[in-house]
Amino acid sequence: MTTLAYAVRDSATMTRRSLRHLLRYPVTLVVAVAVPVLLLLLFVGVFGALRTSLGAHASYIDYVMPGIIVMTAGYGSSVTAQGVNRDSTEGIIGRFRTMAISPTSMLNGYVVSALARTLVSAALVIGVAMGLGFRPTAGAGRWLAAAGVTVLLALALTWLAVPFGLAAKTAEGLTGFILIVQLLPFISSAFVPPGQMSGSVRWFAAHEPFTPVIDTLRGLLAGTPSGGTMLAAAVWCAGLALAGYLWAQVLVRRDLSR
Amino acid sequence: MTSAITATGLRKSFGDKVVLDGIDLEVRAGTTFSLLGPNGAGKTTTVQIMSTLVRADGGEVRVAGHDVARDPAAVRAAIGVTGQFSAVDNLLTGEENLLLMADLHHLGRAEGRRRTAALLGQFDLAGAAAKTAMTYSGGMKRRLDLAMTLIGDPRIIFLDEPTSGLDPRSRRMMWQIIRDLVAGGVTIFLTTQQLDEADQLANRVAVLDHGQVVAADSPEELERSIPGANVRLHFAGTTGLDAAERALGGAFRHDDTLTLEVPSDGGAIAVRALLNRLGDTADEVDEVSVHTPDLDDVFFALTGHPTAEPAPEMENTR
Repeated sequence: MTTLAYAVRDSATMTRRSLRHLLRYPVTLVVAVAVPVLLLLLFVGVFGALRTSLGAHASYIDYVMPGIIVMTAGYGSSVTAQGVNRDSTEGIIGRFRTMAISPTSMLNGYVVSALARTLVSAALVIGVAMGLGFRPTAGAGRWLAAAGVTVLLALALTWLAVPFGLAAKTAEGLTGFILIVQLLPFISSAFVPPGQMSGSVRWFAAHEPFTPVIDTLRGLLAGTPSGGTMLAAAVWCAGLALAGYLWAQVLVRRDLSR
Repeated sequence: MTSAITATGLRKSFGDKVVLDGIDLEVRAGTTFSLLGPNGAGKTTTVQIMSTLVRADGGEVRVAGHDVARDPAAVRAAIGVTGQFSAVDNLLTGEENLLLMADLHHLGRAEGRRRTAALLGQFDLAGAAAKTAMTYSGGMKRRLDLAMTLIGDPRIIFLDEPTSGLDPRSRRMMWQIIRDLVAGGVTIFLTTQQLDEADQLANRVAVLDHGQVVAADSPEELERSIPGANVRLHFAGTTGLDAAERALGGAFRHDDTLTLEVPSDGGAIAVRALLNRLGDTADEVDEVSVHTPDLDDVFFALTGHPTAEPAPEMENTR
């Protein structure tokens, strides 16, 4: 077999390993669905009264759902970072590194399995939301485009989660990353249009990376034009994914003890 | 005989702390080599450099004929490593851990299953094969770890303190496994803090102290260079102590503890002969104890300082 064929085979082995963890502890997936669904219930049920101020959207759940999808991906990436960190601190990454496996195969295993997990949880969350009255007007083509945007976002967050997981010396060291991916969507266009916020919060919400992704998803699902936000979303996601990928490549090859 | 591992002028520092200060080692193929030293002596760092996990600052290391810095992939293909802390996947079962290793060594499905079953049996893990490694005891985890190392049939195996923290039974089991491996032609590079472990297993021992090799020899030669075992006789009063000292001659007397220290190999025959020489004075002896040399004695003899000196533990991080 060629080097490439071995790399593909090792990536598949590593992916199977992570997926097996998920099957053994399905509670991980249950929580990954339950957290966004709870947020959805909170916002639709408790803050649903805000809907009057939201213009074109017939129902608040249709406005909120793109943000909830993004939060599902954010929560998924914090699970990924914790899994990578556990492997790193328990020493199994050290074992893999003394074996004839390419470091990239190891990283691919994390990313592919995390992507699968995140997309399955997003699909389940959307299913629950439909039961609660989520009625996107998108046709098949727009649904496909929305799925593509979600994959791109999940890829970006996963490639960021892996190096954060490798870099942290303890699980506590991940707190910063987890806070960012779980809280940043709150200060975006997820629940309230930034135009209705005030001062510096408005500026931040309008310019942070989650906002163009949420706006793009909202446009696609509601059938309204999303214009330039799609390009901004793609650039943010591609940039974050590349930064995470390069950082991970450095970390996975560095000296094990420092 | 060819060399399985050679190190020349190996140096490594972490920050301003010099961990390895120019060490030279040679391990012949098919033998057990033991690196003996206290915590912080640089044992783990040596293993990490030889197993391609850490880059050396200077010097050259060749493992299985390949330079670790220039051709790490070839080195990795030849070695197996079992570290100080079990590196098993706690969320997988023992069997799944072994099958994972088989897949990563690109063994076929049937061959992977065959070797997994054989190793589970050989390492007394067949009964726990379907349980997750998280539920294993320390000794079981260590055995699983070593079994995972053996799946790929490595010709050179690094064992970093393989028995630290194990109970005596697990320790003996591990020793037997190591002996069987060497009988099968494998080269073992073993680090340990325990003199008796090196004595039991190694063909050659190097003593590492503050990043330098202070002695390298066969265990027999090494022991000849240090004070041997002695028998200690404790008395209730000075009368017995005086009488015994006269009867034995050449014994070392400690007045403060009312003890006589007599050089001896510590065996039953030697102790009986000693008590016979005492005659009736033997009745005055309160307590007989046998002291065998340990790492502290080796260190004291070789370096003039004890091992207890606090050395910051730099090496055990991940």
